[in-house]
Amino acid sequence: MTPLWQYLALGLFMFTTGAIGVVVRRNPVVVFMCIELMLNAVNLTFLAFARYSPSVTINAKNQVQSWMAGQMMVIFVMAVAAAEVAVGLGIIMAIYRLRNEVDVDEMSTLRG
Amino acid sequence: MSNQILFWLMAAVAAMGAVGVVAFNNPVRSALSLVVNFFVLAFIYFSLNAQLLGITQILVYTGAIMVLFLFVIMLLNLGAPQALQEKRDIKPLLGLIVGLGLFGILLSQVVMPLNFVTRSMARDDFGTPQAVGKTLFTNYVWPFEIASVLLLVGIVGSILLAKRRI
Amino acid sequence: MEFLQHLHPALLALLRVLLFVVPILMIVPGLIWWERRLLSWMQDRIGPNRVGPWGLLQPIADGVKLFFKEDITPDSVDRKIYFLAPAIALFPAFALGGTLPWGPSYGLYSLLTPIANVDIGILYVLAISSLGVYGVVLAGYASNNKYSLMGGLRASAQLISYELAMGVSLACVVMATGSLRMTDIVDEQMKPLWGAVPAIQNWFIFTPFGFVSAVIFAICIIAETNRAPFDLPEAENELIAGYHTEYSSMKFAVFFMGEYAAMFVFSGVFATVFLGGYNILPVNWLVLAKDFPAVSGVLTFFDTLNYYAVPLAFLGKCAFGISAFIWLRATLPRLRYDQLMSLGWKSLLPLAVANFLVVAIWIICTKLYGLVGGLASVAASGVVLALLYLNWLATQKQGFSSLEKRTLELVEPAKAKP
Repeated sequence: MTPLWQYLALGLFMFTTGAIGVVVRRNPVVVFMCIELMLNAVNLTFLAFARYSPSVTINAKNQVQSWMAGQMMVIFVMAVAAAEVAVGLGIIMAIYRLRNEVDVDEMSTLRG
Repeated sequence: MSNQILFWLMAAVAAMGAVGVVAFNNPVRSALSLVVNFFVLAFIYFSLNAQLLGITQILVYTGAIMVLFLFVIMLLNLGAPQALQEKRDIKPLLGLIVGLGLFGILLSQVVMPLNFVTRSMARDDFGTPQAVGKTLFTNYVWPFEIASVLLLVGIVGSILLAKRRI
Repeated sequence: MEFLQHLHPALLALLRVLLFVVPILMIVPGLIWWERRLLSWMQDRIGPNRVGPWGLLQPIADGVKLFFKEDITPDSVDRKIYFLAPAIALFPAFALGGTLPWGPSYGLYSLLTPIANVDIGILYVLAISSLGVYGVVLAGYASNNKYSLMGGLRASAQLISYELAMGVSLACVVMATGSLRMTDIVDEQMKPLWGAVPAIQNWFIFTPFGFVSAVIFAICIIAETNRAPFDLPEAENELIAGYHTEYSSMKFAVFFMGEYAAMFVFSGVFATVFLGGYNILPVNWLVLAKDFPAVSGVLTFFDTLNYYAVPLAFLGKCAFGISAFIWLRATLPRLRYDQLMSLGWKSLLPLAVANFLVVAIWIICTKLYGLVGGLASVAASGVVLALLYLNWLATQKQGFSSLEKRTLELVEPAKAKP
């Protein structure tokens, strides 16, 4: 069986790569893709923890907590990511239509 | 042992895909390497016995979200070589250093202390559609409904943004 | 055949894959011949009849020609993606059948099919079919040709649109079955018809909701495989040849093969989900044999025949599906792009969702009130949906101006009335 830390290390690597990409790249679509990468790294971490944690956990109030929490979180992250992509790409399209260019460094109208 | 080899193989491909997203200058290539990453990630999910989420990963990310990304890249013609040249300055280097620092710190302080966990303690039906579905529609039914409202908001918002005249 | 059970699992899996992929590879040339002959017959032409008897060797001649043609790579293409695209286009067509059972889940067949009997069978089909778009999009992008690019763009928009209706129509079947496993879906269809006639199998196409789902699914698979009348990505009078304009020789042949293999496997999926899978006729022979003891020998023989002819039955259903594809191509003109989009989003998706609702109501009411209550609730919900549709039609007929007037009447009653 693969030890837990290997999954976590892969997730961490993907997350940092995504973070670097968000900071470094200027193309908004690529920045967006890097955000997706970070979300997926988090998903992987959630799933790995869910797989390796005991199937029944009891919290301080003596309640049995769901052993599915990790997978549920992944499902909701996926739903949020889908909604986010739809709106985000719509925003990029709208900006492109307005200014005929997409470059995150040039989008500084909201700076005040 | 074969498990380990398989995992490292998949992890290597996934990691290369992740690097490719940031390193490729051409957005289409970035998107493609992200597709590779997501596709392999699905198989890593399978190796964690999360079948339903693995296939959902392919269905949602590889099959829908990345197609949307490619669609937008091509629609804006960002793939053309002259479209958007990245600047060559000190920013990438700084980002790389900070990112590597983050990776090193988190790896040594958070991930490696957990290296004693080697045995899975999950139930046998971990990740089967039956188990996931049952939990999703009983304990998590309110978050599920809220997620569906969120998706509806997403639909309305994207139509509002993309339409020239309402 | 005993030795199969003692085979190493990996070797057995390899055997299963080969048993699925090799027949497809062998059938594809036959399909091309069949399409050309059937199409020419439908159009009152002769078609290829020179090479071999009835032109049967024509596909081989075509294959040889394609192999030896000069392989042109235009200068300005994005080379790596250009070479990768045909392979990516071919992959989903073959991978699609990974969970498709072409034989029953008992006896010898259980070892040979499906390739992977997993809990998520039908989701796997949806997931892999959604990958089919990449080959087309990347070919369009890499060709560096605006017509190819437009073909790729059209393909991606089309596939995203039709995948939704496809998923929802399959979800109806999944809900009725209560399982995502392909073998469970086939087994469910061997139950008594409408829960009442034990001698006839309950193929989903015989049930009302299953019929609606089947129609939606059939339209969606035509759109997914880019076949006429949905072949807008390669509409020759607008886009030359669309995404494969710049491809020649073997690379073009690979696209061609991928399209036909996808057609074949999608027909298999349709047969599995709606046409009772591998059963030849929708009859439970053994039940019938109990009802008619006089001819029970013959009926039991038919059951045995059904068991042994299973691969042929499956192939026959696939061939039927493909003939339907060709028939449609010969009959219907190509849709316009806006017609395609409005068909997908405004007709198929609402219909599929309404169908989904009806199935859900039917299942709940059958559980709560028994068979009659379930049927009554389906009838009632059908009436409600029909009324809603008629109401919508009425508002459509009134047109925009009268709608505007009505709104004005609601907001400012004094101004609207002269």
